[in-house]
Amino acid sequence: MLKINNLSCQKGYNLLFSHLSFEVSSGDILHITGTNGSGKTSLLKILAGLNVQEQGTIFLKDYSVKSEDYQRAIFYLGHLPALSAELSCLENLRFLTTLNQSVKQPLLIDALKQVGLEDYEDEVCAKLSAGQKRRVTLAGLILSKAKIWLLDEPFTALDPQGVEMVEQYITQHCEQGGMCLFTTHQSSALKNQQVLAL
Amino acid sequence: MNIYLQTLTRDLHSAIHNLSSVLNPLLFFIISISLFPLAISPEASMLSQIAAGVIWVASMLAVLLSLNTLFHNDFDNGVLEQMVISHHSLPLLILSKIVAHWLLTGVPIILLSPLLGVLLFLDNESIKILMLTLLLATPSLSLIGAIGASLIVSIKNSGMLLSLLILPLYIPILIFASSAVSQAQSGLEIDAQLYFLATILVVSLMLVPLVSALSLKISLE
Repeated sequence: MLKINNLSCQKGYNLLFSHLSFEVSSGDILHITGTNGSGKTSLLKILAGLNVQEQGTIFLKDYSVKSEDYQRAIFYLGHLPALSAELSCLENLRFLTTLNQSVKQPLLIDALKQVGLEDYEDEVCAKLSAGQKRRVTLAGLILSKAKIWLLDEPFTALDPQGVEMVEQYITQHCEQGGMCLFTTHQSSALKNQQVLAL
Repeated sequence: MNIYLQTLTRDLHSAIHNLSSVLNPLLFFIISISLFPLAISPEASMLSQIAAGVIWVASMLAVLLSLNTLFHNDFDNGVLEQMVISHHSLPLLILSKIVAHWLLTGVPIILLSPLLGVLLFLDNESIKILMLTLLLATPSLSLIGAIGASLIVSIKNSGMLLSLLILPLYIPILIFASSAVSQAQSGLEIDAQLYFLATILVVSLMLVPLVSALSLKISLE
């Protein structure tokens, strides 16, 4: 269980949120909503261990946010694609997944196929569209064994089929005991999602 | 493949695909040195006297020119974020990137230095000493430069700031390395200079990855 207790975040002079407490259990899908600048991305970054909270605690079982076990348990998908423009889809995906755990080449190619990038293995990422770049990162998500998915605007740049595919993966992941916290301004058809309004 | 080795090969692959970023500092190194005989004097005695200093200043500036590419691309595309949140050791990931940077700038500079030494009429013995000082000190240039590069990674157009931050830290290396070559030319002992350069390298190797990791985390917040 992911326990967030009394969390506050300040950016410059602005207090984005304060005394935020909630819990996410295995199988939960949490949709974080809020207006622009309300702190959705900051909250996900704090949960990923990228930002430091002003106050409060975050625990996954007994692991704190800085522990190796916690870091192993998360997959963070930010606004940026985490892809090098000069490298091919396969090279990028291999590096992205190895940061979490080693994955064999056939599985990488298979993941690219699953996200609709068959025959794009050797294409350099600079030549891909924004949606295709997003799909390469999503292939990393499929291969990840992380329990907690932190997805910041995962549907950005994706076509309706792509959105449906991501929703399917989220549902599948949570049915298998994972957790997913995501933000989006698009309407989401995910069933059983809980909403956290900032 | 091990993640640290993969980080290194990934940076080398990126550089091969983006050759201009690797070649520009090296071309600067070659061109700036080859202009000295034209600007000062083609006389052998004059050129051999200033050769060590000229080659060392040019290599320092060439490394400085290449430092912007060390973290900037990975910061802009979000790879650095993924490195910071991964369970692997961030200082070691950074060290892999620094080794890749040294292989792409330091090693070509060391390999080009005999050629440029001959151009400036350095004798064979002095060329050997020059290469030894470059071998000992160019890794330190990459390492120390990484501190500056990680501090200013989130600032756009930060070339000037990087020079101001890093150049003062490079000065001891410049003084000891160039004096080692000129003392060797005069037939004097150079052990002290070499030990000093080795000390800087060892201390940088121990401290820089930790400091750089910390400043990258601060830059990403």
